[in-house]
Amino acid sequence: MTETLAVSVWRGAAEGVFETHEVPAQESQTVLDLVAWIQQNADPTLAYRYACRVGMCGSCAMMVNGVPRWTCRTHISKVATSGKVEVAPLRNLPIIKDLAVDMDPFFDKWTKAEGMFAPSTSRDAPIDTGVDPASSARIAADEAIECINCAICYAACDVVSANPEYLGPAALNRTWSLVNDVRDGRLDERLTAVSGPGGCHNCHSQQGCVTHCPNELNPTASIAGLKRATTMAALKGRIL
Amino acid sequence: MIGVRLYLLQRITALIMVPLVLGHIAVMIYAVQNGLSAVEILGRTKGSILWALFYGSFAVAVALHSAIGLRAIAYETFGLTRGTLGVLTVAIFTALGTMGLTAVYAVTAI
Repeated sequence: MTETLAVSVWRGAAEGVFETHEVPAQESQTVLDLVAWIQQNADPTLAYRYACRVGMCGSCAMMVNGVPRWTCRTHISKVATSGKVEVAPLRNLPIIKDLAVDMDPFFDKWTKAEGMFAPSTSRDAPIDTGVDPASSARIAADEAIECINCAICYAACDVVSANPEYLGPAALNRTWSLVNDVRDGRLDERLTAVSGPGGCHNCHSQQGCVTHCPNELNPTASIAGLKRATTMAALKGRIL
Repeated sequence: MIGVRLYLLQRITALIMVPLVLGHIAVMIYAVQNGLSAVEILGRTKGSILWALFYGSFAVAVALHSAIGLRAIAYETFGLTRGTLGVLTVAIFTALGTMGLTAVYAVTAI
Protein backbone atom coordinates (compact mmCIF):
# COMPACT_ATOMS: atom_id res chain seq x y z
CA MET A 1 0.00 0.00 0.00
CA THR A 2 1.34 3.45 -0.95
CA GLU A 3 1.78 5.91 1.88
CA THR A 4 -0.13 9.15 1.35
CA LEU A 5 -0.04 12.71 2.62
CA ALA A 6 -3.16 14.72 3.48
CA VAL A 7 -2.68 18.00 1.60
CA SER A 8 -5.16 20.83 2.25
CA VAL A 9 -5.15 23.48 -0.46
CA TRP A 10 -7.05 26.80 -0.47
CA ARG A 11 -9.86 26.99 -3.04
CA GLY A 12 -11.52 30.29 -3.89
CA ALA A 13 -10.39 33.90 -3.52
CA ALA A 14 -10.76 36.08 -0.41
CA GLU A 15 -13.69 33.85 0.48
CA GLY A 16 -13.03 30.16 0.10
CA VAL A 17 -12.38 26.85 1.82
CA PHE A 18 -9.55 24.36 2.24
CA GLU A 19 -9.97 21.14 0.25
CA THR A 20 -8.01 18.11 1.35
CA HIS A 21 -6.48 15.62 -1.10
CA GLU A 22 -4.67 12.37 -0.43
CA VAL A 23 -1.39 12.59 -2.36
CA PRO A 24 1.05 9.64 -2.77
CA ALA A 25 4.20 10.27 -0.73
CA GLN A 26 7.56 10.01 -2.48
CA GLU A 27 11.15 10.47 -1.49
CA SER A 28 12.62 14.00 -1.86
CA GLN A 29 9.16 15.40 -2.54
CA THR A 30 8.66 19.16 -2.46
CA VAL A 31 5.54 21.13 -1.56
CA LEU A 32 5.31 22.23 -5.19
CA ASP A 33 5.37 18.55 -6.24
CA LEU A 34 2.28 17.96 -4.07
CA VAL A 35 0.41 20.93 -5.51
CA ALA A 36 1.35 19.88 -9.06
CA TRP A 37 0.17 16.30 -8.36
CA ILE A 38 -3.22 17.57 -7.20
CA GLN A 39 -3.63 19.76 -10.29
CA GLN A 40 -2.51 17.01 -12.68
CA ASN A 41 -4.27 14.02 -11.08
CA ALA A 42 -7.11 15.13 -8.84
CA ASP A 43 -8.41 18.57 -9.76
CA PRO A 44 -7.27 20.26 -13.00
CA THR A 45 -9.06 23.49 -12.03
CA LEU A 46 -6.60 24.22 -9.20
CA ALA A 47 -4.79 27.50 -9.92
CA TYR A 48 -1.19 28.03 -8.77
CA ARG A 49 1.94 29.69 -10.11
CA TYR A 50 5.43 28.38 -10.75
CA ALA A 51 8.14 28.59 -13.41
CA CYS A 52 11.73 27.47 -12.86
CA ARG A 53 11.30 24.83 -10.09
CA VAL A 54 14.88 25.47 -8.92
CA GLY A 55 14.58 28.50 -6.63
CA MET A 56 15.60 31.17 -9.11
CA CYS A 57 12.44 32.79 -10.45
CA GLY A 58 10.53 33.58 -7.24
CA SER A 59 7.16 32.51 -8.68
CA CYS A 60 6.02 29.68 -6.44
CA ALA A 61 5.92 31.22 -2.97
CA MET A 62 2.93 30.12 -0.87
CA MET A 63 1.95 29.83 2.78
CA VAL A 64 2.85 26.34 3.97
CA ASN A 65 1.34 25.54 7.37
CA GLY A 66 0.97 29.30 7.87
CA VAL A 67 4.60 30.11 7.01
CA PRO A 68 5.67 31.81 3.75
CA ARG A 69 8.00 29.51 1.80
CA TRP A 70 9.36 28.91 -1.71
CA THR A 71 7.50 25.71 -2.42
CA CYS A 72 9.88 24.37 -5.08
CA ARG A 73 12.75 24.19 -2.58
CA THR A 74 10.77 23.14 0.49
CA HIS A 75 10.96 19.42 1.12
CA ILE A 76 7.74 18.02 2.50
CA SER A 77 9.73 16.12 5.14
CA LYS A 78 10.59 19.49 6.69
CA VAL A 79 7.02 20.75 7.01
CA ALA A 80 4.58 17.81 7.14
CA THR A 81 3.32 17.17 10.65
CA SER A 82 1.72 13.74 11.12
CA GLY A 83 1.41 13.35 7.37
CA LYS A 84 -0.59 16.58 6.98
CA VAL A 85 0.26 19.86 5.29
CA GLU A 86 -1.78 23.01 4.58
CA VAL A 87 -0.99 25.13 1.50
CA ALA A 88 -2.50 28.61 1.15
CA PRO A 89 -1.90 31.68 -1.05
CA LEU A 90 0.67 34.26 0.07
CA ARG A 91 -0.40 36.57 2.89
CA ASN A 92 -0.75 40.35 2.41
CA LEU A 93 -1.63 40.14 -1.30
CA PRO A 94 -5.05 39.90 -3.02
CA ILE A 95 -5.94 36.36 -4.05
CA ILE A 96 -6.80 35.91 -7.73
CA LYS A 97 -7.81 32.26 -7.46
CA ASP A 98 -6.82 29.38 -5.20
CA LEU A 99 -3.04 29.58 -4.65
CA ALA A 100 -2.32 32.39 -7.14
CA VAL A 101 -2.09 35.94 -5.75
CA ASP A 102 -2.09 39.28 -7.56
CA MET A 103 1.53 40.53 -7.42
CA ASP A 104 0.65 44.03 -8.71
CA PRO A 105 0.58 45.76 -5.28
CA PHE A 106 3.98 44.21 -4.52
CA PHE A 107 5.65 45.45 -7.72
CA ASP A 108 3.79 48.79 -7.70
CA LYS A 109 5.61 49.49 -4.46
CA TRP A 110 8.96 48.75 -6.12
CA THR A 111 8.10 51.54 -8.56
CA LYS A 112 7.02 53.86 -5.73
CA ALA A 113 10.32 53.14 -3.96
CA GLU A 114 12.24 54.22 -7.10
CA GLY A 115 13.47 50.68 -7.74
CA MET A 116 14.64 51.40 -11.30
CA PHE A 117 18.31 52.04 -12.07
CA ALA A 118 18.93 55.57 -13.40
CA PRO A 119 22.34 55.95 -15.05
CA SER A 120 24.30 59.05 -14.06
CA THR A 121 25.96 59.25 -17.48
CA SER A 122 24.72 58.91 -21.06
CA ARG A 123 25.59 56.16 -23.53
CA ASP A 124 27.92 58.62 -25.26
CA ALA A 125 30.09 59.10 -22.18
CA PRO A 126 33.43 57.25 -22.04
CA ILE A 127 33.14 53.84 -20.38
CA ASP A 128 33.96 54.19 -16.70
CA THR A 129 34.89 51.02 -14.85
CA GLY A 130 35.24 52.86 -11.56
CA VAL A 131 33.19 50.37 -9.54
CA ASP A 132 35.43 49.04 -6.79
CA PRO A 133 34.21 45.53 -5.86
CA ALA A 134 35.89 45.80 -2.46
CA SER A 135 34.23 49.09 -1.47
CA SER A 136 31.73 48.96 1.40
CA ALA A 137 29.01 50.47 -0.81
CA ARG A 138 29.47 47.80 -3.50
CA ILE A 139 29.50 45.01 -0.89
CA ALA A 140 26.20 46.35 0.52
CA ALA A 141 24.72 46.54 -3.00
CA ASP A 142 25.91 43.01 -3.82
CA GLU A 143 24.27 41.61 -0.68
CA ALA A 144 20.93 43.26 -1.40
CA ILE A 145 20.91 42.49 -5.12
CA GLU A 146 20.39 38.71 -4.72
CA CYS A 147 16.62 39.18 -4.20
CA ILE A 148 14.47 36.95 -6.46
CA ASN A 149 11.24 38.99 -5.97
CA CYS A 150 9.35 36.07 -4.44
CA ALA A 151 7.38 38.31 -2.00
CA ILE A 152 7.98 35.94 0.91
CA CYS A 153 9.32 38.84 3.00
CA TYR A 154 6.26 40.89 2.03
CA ALA A 155 3.98 38.07 3.22
CA ALA A 156 5.97 37.69 6.45
CA CYS A 157 5.88 41.40 7.34
CA ASP A 158 3.38 42.47 10.04
CA VAL A 159 3.92 46.15 9.18
CA VAL A 160 2.67 45.44 5.64
CA SER A 161 -0.45 43.85 7.19
CA ALA A 162 -1.06 46.83 9.46
CA ASN A 163 -0.02 49.68 7.15
CA PRO A 164 -1.30 49.39 3.55
CA GLU A 165 0.99 52.24 2.42
CA TYR A 166 4.18 50.58 3.71
CA LEU A 167 6.51 49.83 0.80
CA GLY A 168 7.65 46.53 2.30
CA PRO A 169 11.02 44.82 2.81
CA ALA A 170 11.70 43.79 -0.81
CA ALA A 171 11.10 47.22 -2.38
CA LEU A 172 13.15 48.95 0.31
CA ASN A 173 15.91 46.36 -0.05
CA ARG A 174 15.97 47.12 -3.80
CA THR A 175 16.24 50.86 -3.11
CA TRP A 176 19.13 50.20 -0.73
CA SER A 177 21.02 48.32 -3.48
CA LEU A 178 20.61 51.34 -5.80
CA VAL A 179 21.52 53.86 -3.08
CA ASN A 180 24.83 51.99 -2.86
CA ASP A 181 25.36 51.86 -6.63
CA VAL A 182 27.96 54.53 -7.53
CA ARG A 183 26.73 54.55 -11.14
CA ASP A 184 23.22 55.61 -10.11
CA GLY A 185 22.19 59.23 -10.59
CA ARG A 186 19.01 59.60 -8.52
CA LEU A 187 20.16 59.30 -4.92
CA ASP A 188 18.12 62.13 -3.40
CA GLU A 189 14.98 61.19 -5.35
CA ARG A 190 15.30 57.63 -4.01
CA LEU A 191 15.83 58.80 -0.44
CA THR A 192 12.80 61.09 -0.77
CA ALA A 193 10.71 58.20 -2.16
CA VAL A 194 11.42 56.07 0.93
CA SER A 195 10.87 58.92 3.43
CA GLY A 196 7.09 59.35 3.10
CA PRO A 197 4.21 57.93 5.16
CA GLY A 198 4.84 54.40 3.79
CA GLY A 199 8.62 54.63 3.81
CA CYS A 200 11.49 52.92 5.62
CA HIS A 201 10.86 54.76 8.91
CA ASN A 202 7.74 52.64 9.51
CA CYS A 203 9.76 49.42 9.88
CA HIS A 204 9.66 48.09 13.46
CA SER A 205 12.71 45.84 12.90
CA GLN A 206 10.73 42.70 13.81
CA GLN A 207 12.86 40.84 11.25
CA GLY A 208 10.16 38.50 9.92
CA CYS A 209 11.66 39.23 6.49
CA VAL A 210 15.10 38.07 7.64
CA THR A 211 13.67 34.94 9.25
CA HIS A 212 11.80 33.80 6.15
CA CYS A 213 13.89 35.07 3.20
CA PRO A 214 14.77 31.89 1.25
CA ASN A 215 17.98 33.48 -0.03
CA GLU A 216 19.03 34.44 3.50
CA LEU A 217 19.11 38.15 2.71
CA ASN A 218 18.75 40.77 5.43
CA PRO A 219 16.15 43.36 4.36
CA THR A 220 16.01 44.70 7.93
CA ALA A 221 19.68 45.70 7.66
CA SER A 222 18.96 47.33 4.28
CA ILE A 223 16.08 49.29 5.81
CA ALA A 224 18.30 50.32 8.74
CA GLY A 225 20.81 51.56 6.14
CA LEU A 226 18.07 53.59 4.46
CA LYS A 227 17.10 55.08 7.84
CA ARG A 228 20.71 56.20 8.36
CA ALA A 229 21.03 57.55 4.82
CA THR A 230 17.74 59.46 4.95
CA THR A 231 18.59 60.84 8.41
CA MET A 232 21.90 62.24 7.16
CA ALA A 233 20.27 63.61 3.99
CA ALA A 234 17.49 65.24 6.04
CA LEU A 235 19.93 66.79 8.54
CA LYS A 236 21.87 68.24 5.60
CA GLY A 237 18.60 69.61 4.17
CA ARG A 238 18.75 67.57 0.96
CA ILE A 239 15.44 65.73 1.27
CA LEU A 240 13.26 67.88 3.57
CA MET B 1 2.39 56.47 8.78
CA ILE B 2 5.63 58.13 9.87
CA GLY B 3 7.85 60.07 7.48
CA VAL B 4 11.42 61.19 7.95
CA ARG B 5 10.47 64.39 9.85
CA LEU B 6 8.48 62.63 12.58
CA TYR B 7 11.12 59.86 12.68
CA LEU B 8 13.88 62.43 13.28
CA LEU B 9 11.81 64.29 15.86
CA GLN B 10 11.18 61.08 17.78
CA ARG B 11 14.89 60.14 17.75
CA ILE B 12 16.02 63.62 18.76
CA THR B 13 13.54 63.74 21.66
CA ALA B 14 14.81 60.31 22.76
CA LEU B 15 18.36 61.69 22.74
CA ILE B 16 17.21 64.62 24.87
CA MET B 17 15.38 62.39 27.36
CA VAL B 18 18.27 59.98 28.03
CA PRO B 19 20.60 62.44 29.86
CA LEU B 20 17.65 64.07 31.60
CA VAL B 21 16.44 60.71 32.98
CA LEU B 22 19.99 59.83 34.11
CA GLY B 23 20.33 63.28 35.70
CA HIS B 24 16.98 62.88 37.46
CA ILE B 25 17.94 59.46 38.86
CA ALA B 26 21.41 60.64 39.91
CA VAL B 27 20.05 63.69 41.75
CA MET B 28 17.30 61.59 43.33
CA ILE B 29 19.80 59.08 44.72
CA TYR B 30 22.08 61.87 45.92
CA ALA B 31 19.26 63.90 47.48
CA VAL B 32 17.66 61.12 49.52
CA GLN B 33 20.86 60.20 51.36
CA ASN B 34 19.63 61.82 54.57
CA GLY B 35 15.90 61.36 54.04
CA LEU B 36 13.68 63.51 51.91
CA SER B 37 10.51 65.50 52.44
CA ALA B 38 8.19 67.46 50.16
CA VAL B 39 9.25 70.65 51.93
CA GLU B 40 12.91 69.90 51.22
CA ILE B 41 12.23 69.15 47.50
CA LEU B 42 10.13 72.26 47.03
CA GLY B 43 12.76 74.27 48.89
CA ARG B 44 15.24 73.35 46.19
CA THR B 45 12.96 73.62 43.16
CA LYS B 46 10.87 76.72 43.94
CA GLY B 47 12.23 79.69 42.06
CA SER B 48 14.91 77.62 40.31
CA ILE B 49 15.19 78.42 36.62
CA LEU B 50 17.62 75.51 36.22
CA TRP B 51 15.11 72.92 37.47
CA ALA B 52 12.31 74.57 35.49
CA LEU B 53 14.36 74.22 32.30
CA PHE B 54 15.50 70.68 33.23
CA TYR B 55 12.03 69.28 33.83
CA GLY B 56 10.32 71.60 31.35
CA SER B 57 12.45 70.33 28.46
CA PHE B 58 11.82 66.76 29.67
CA ALA B 59 8.04 67.32 29.68
CA VAL B 60 8.10 68.73 26.14
CA ALA B 61 10.35 65.88 24.89
CA VAL B 62 8.05 63.27 26.46
CA ALA B 63 4.96 64.87 24.91
CA LEU B 64 6.51 64.91 21.42
CA HIS B 65 8.05 61.42 21.67
CA SER B 66 4.89 59.77 23.03
CA ALA B 67 2.55 61.49 20.57
CA ILE B 68 4.57 60.20 17.60
CA GLY B 69 4.80 56.67 19.01
CA LEU B 70 1.10 56.52 19.83
CA ARG B 71 0.33 57.87 16.33
CA ALA B 72 2.05 54.82 14.78
CA ILE B 73 0.28 52.42 17.15
CA ALA B 74 -3.12 54.07 16.54
CA TYR B 75 -2.71 53.85 12.77
CA GLU B 76 -1.55 50.25 12.69
CA THR B 77 -4.21 49.13 15.19
CA PHE B 78 -7.27 51.12 14.10
CA GLY B 79 -6.40 52.15 10.50
CA LEU B 80 -7.31 55.80 11.11
CA THR B 81 -7.27 58.29 8.23
CA ARG B 82 -4.36 60.72 7.90
CA GLY B 83 -6.49 63.68 9.02
CA THR B 84 -7.75 61.89 12.12
CA LEU B 85 -4.20 60.78 12.91
CA GLY B 86 -3.00 64.39 12.70
CA VAL B 87 -5.69 65.55 15.11
CA LEU B 88 -4.94 62.65 17.48
CA THR B 89 -1.18 63.36 17.43
CA VAL B 90 -1.68 67.05 18.25
CA ALA B 91 -4.25 66.19 20.95
CA ILE B 92 -1.90 63.71 22.68
CA PHE B 93 1.01 66.19 22.46
CA THR B 94 -1.14 68.99 23.86
CA ALA B 95 -2.57 66.89 26.70
CA LEU B 96 0.77 65.41 27.81
CA GLY B 97 2.60 68.72 27.35
CA THR B 98 0.00 70.63 29.34
CA MET B 99 0.01 68.11 32.19
CA GLY B 100 3.81 67.97 32.28
CA LEU B 101 4.38 71.71 32.14
CA THR B 102 1.63 72.32 34.72
CA ALA B 103 3.43 69.97 37.11
CA VAL B 104 6.79 71.66 36.41
CA TYR B 105 5.21 75.07 37.01
CA ALA B 106 3.69 73.86 40.27
CA VAL B 107 7.04 72.79 41.75
CA THR B 108 9.23 75.58 40.35
CA ALA B 109 7.10 78.76 40.42
CA ILE B 110 7.50 80.96 43.47
